[in-house]
Order: sequence, then structure tokens, then C-alpha cells
Amino acid sequence: MTVAGDVVLQVEDLHKSFGSTEVLKGIDLSVRRGERIAILGSSGSGKSTLLRCLNVLEMPTRGRLILDGEAVGKPAAGGATRYREAELNRLRARVGMVFQQFNLFPHMTALENVMEGPLSVLGRSRAEARRTAQRHLERVGLGGKADAHPARLSGGQQQRVAIARALAMDPEVLLFDEPTSSLDPELVGEVLGVINDLSEDGRTMLLVTHELGFAYHFATRILFLHEGRILEDGPPEQVLKSPREERTRRFLDRFTAFRF
Amino acid sequence: MGYVWDFFAVARNADILLAGLGQTMLLSVCGIAVGVAIGGVLAAMRLSGRRTLSWPALAFTEFYRNTPPLVHFFWFFYGLPMAFGLTLPPFAAALAALGVQSAAFFAEVFRGGILSVETGQWEAGRALGMGRARLMRRIILPQAARRMAAPFVERSFELVKTTTLAAALAFHETIYSAMVIVTQTYRPLEVYTVVAGLFFVVLFSASQLAEWLEARGRRAGAR
Repeated sequence: MTVAGDVVLQVEDLHKSFGSTEVLKGIDLSVRRGERIAILGSSGSGKSTLLRCLNVLEMPTRGRLILDGEAVGKPAAGGATRYREAELNRLRARVGMVFQQFNLFPHMTALENVMEGPLSVLGRSRAEARRTAQRHLERVGLGGKADAHPARLSGGQQQRVAIARALAMDPEVLLFDEPTSSLDPELVGEVLGVINDLSEDGRTMLLVTHELGFAYHFATRILFLHEGRILEDGPPEQVLKSPREERTRRFLDRFTAFRF
Repeated sequence: MGYVWDFFAVARNADILLAGLGQTMLLSVCGIAVGVAIGGVLAAMRLSGRRTLSWPALAFTEFYRNTPPLVHFFWFFYGLPMAFGLTLPPFAAALAALGVQSAAFFAEVFRGGILSVETGQWEAGRALGMGRARLMRRIILPQAARRMAAPFVERSFELVKTTTLAAALAFHETIYSAMVIVTQTYRPLEVYTVVAGLFFVVLFSASQLAEWLEARGRRAGAR
């Protein structure tokens, strides 16, 4: 049974090190169903790493990950967790991800990109996968580009196909890793518009972004990460307009230094 | 007075030469098949991320890349009977040497092709929940195959030319057949010129075909 408001994803004492550099220094986070969380922080704060740990594209060094009340992986020595591949594949099928670099499959058309997950992971029939893929492409405004290969699409269009590809899996949680950071400024709007439209589905979403204005309007909750820890956690109104921490204020000031 | 060329000496023995060319083609095709099969295993071992698998594969590859192929022909033909009492006929010995040696090269072609696919492609497949085998088959290999095509053809041509070393094992391929004709006609210049011509025609036609196929593949990919 899934009810809006119950905890869908939980991390406890999450640590991640790359070599001797500790990027995440103990993250505790409960994500409730339907929440839209924007994760802010300067580069190197660990925000992308945190997101990538949530679908275990990065293997956490320590800590627990709980999806829908079920712990992922088995505890191992030293607080680490051992993950089996089949278990990770099941988790990732339920936690979608949209990448900064789109990462569309270049040898497939837009439609085939969106069909791939339902077809080869969910075991849907070709006809059904095609039908839902077409519907999702239309949802992101690209119904007419179904037969185009990614090379023929603009960055904004590619990212919208990537969003459709993630949606086609009907994920319980959808992760966006700086989805507009590699786009030309005039293409940012169309992608943010599509993401904003997803709000009406009530789907749980986590978004790493530098678009403060968008985060303010889109998110129900904002996290500010600094040096691998969550420094601030609250509604957009509070975090962006009256932050508790000096670090957060300095970070926000950099974005608002030039106004017109 | 200049040299008087006499290609009739070759023409009269064309059947011997063409039979040899047939054996060269047979050895080449079998050699490529064996090389691709073993090379695929070697590439998989090197890409496995496990030292117990990748190091032996690396040692094997480096050994064969850095030693002369003729030595391997001799080992399989003369060495095996002495070491293990196992006598191979010339074709089998040549095929073994050729297959194993080219496997080292094909392994590098495969590995290079697979590594050339961006990590983002692996991540996108994994993020959809695809397992390793499916990800390889559906996402990585189709992209890697296109990049492997040119070096693969290059390596295959090297292999075809290397089959001539089998003459040293008295295997009746093109060069051996040429030597037979030379001893009968004393016309080495003509005979070997024709041999060069035959190889050129076969390999040049094959390269034209490969280029055409590659161009077709590129068009299909960029559609």
C-alpha cells in the first residue's frame, strides 16, 4: 500500500569516500512520498554524489539505504554494506535518474530510447512498450520526434527524451542530476518547464540544481549541502529567504550579487 | 640484354597456385574464427575487473604481441610433439599458432572498442536497472562494434598475410605452392609477382567491401 506522505526512501549515516577523500560525511535523510526536494550546494559539497548513492550508481562506503521500508544490501564488516547485482538492478528499476549529460543511447531513436527500459527490464511487450513510450514522448512535447536519433536533437530535446525514458519505468523516485547544467541558456527553460509539469503527478523527485529560482517554485523542500553534510533542511521559503546558517547565506549571496 | 619475363610458366601451373590460394583462404577464415573466439574470452577476462582473470589475459596478450609469429608456428608444429608427444598435421599446427596469436590482437581490438564507449552509457543502462549481460548486448556492444570495425578489418588483413608463414610447415598454401612451381619452372620472379598480385586482388576487394559495409553502417547509425 502506498500512501502519500509515508517514507519512501531513507538513508542512515551515509558515507562516501573516493580514495582518502571523504565526500559524504554522514547523511541522514527521510524522503516522504510526493516530496519534491531540491538539493543545493557549491561544487564539491557532495550533492551529486549523494544523488548517485541513492540509486547506488556510487557504492556508499558506509550507511544504510531503505526503499519502501526494505533495507537494500546486507550489512558487512566495518559498517559497509554488500549489494548483490540483482538487488541493485531491482532498486534502480524503481529509482529513475536523469543525467546532466543526458546519456541517451545514440544507436537508438528517441522512441527506442524510451522503450528500452520497459522492454528489456520490465519485460513488457514491444507493442505495449511502444505505446507507453509514444505517450511519454508526447508528454515531454516530442511526439513528433519519435523516429529521430539523438544526434539530430538539440540538447534540450535530448534531455526531454531522457526524462521520458526515466518516466517510462514509472519510478517511485525520480532523481535529476543537474539536468540543465550542460544546456545552452535558451534551452534551460523548456527542460525546467517539463520537470515542473511532472509535479502534478505527485511523484517523488530529488533534484540537484543551481537554478535557485526554479528550486524555489518547484521544490516542497530544500536541502543545502556543505562539505558532505546537510547544513540546512526546510521549506524553500525558509531556506532561501531566511537561512539559519551563515554558510547558506554566503552561498545564496553569490547568486544574487548581480540583480537588475 | 634485359630479363625476359615468361608468365606462361605460371599460367601452365595456375591450378597448383589457385589450389594454394584456396588453402590460404581456408586457413585465414578458420584463423579469424579461432582468433575472434579466443580473443573475445581474453577481452572479457581483461575487462572483468578481477585480477585473477585480467592478469593472465594481459600476460598472454603481451607475450604474443611481442614475439615473432614464426616462432609460434614452429612451437606448435615441432615443439608439441617433443614436449607432449602430440603431433599436429601442418594445417592444425598453423591454425593453432595463427588463432592463438591473432587472439591477442583481436582481444585488444574488442577491449579498445568497448572501452571507447562513454561511461555515461553504462550509467544510463544501469540506472534503468539493466544487468551486466543485457547492458553489454543492448547498449555497449552495438556502439562498440562500429568503432571496432576498422581495426578489426586491419587485423584480419594482417592475419591473412601471416598465413604465408604456414609454408614453413610445408602446408600447401599459396607461398608453398609457389615454391613448388618455382622448383619446376625456375621462374621465381614471375611466380612471386603473380602471388603478390593474387593477394592484392583478394585483400583489396575485401577492403572495398568492408568500406562499403562500414559506410552503410554509419548511415544507418546517423539516420
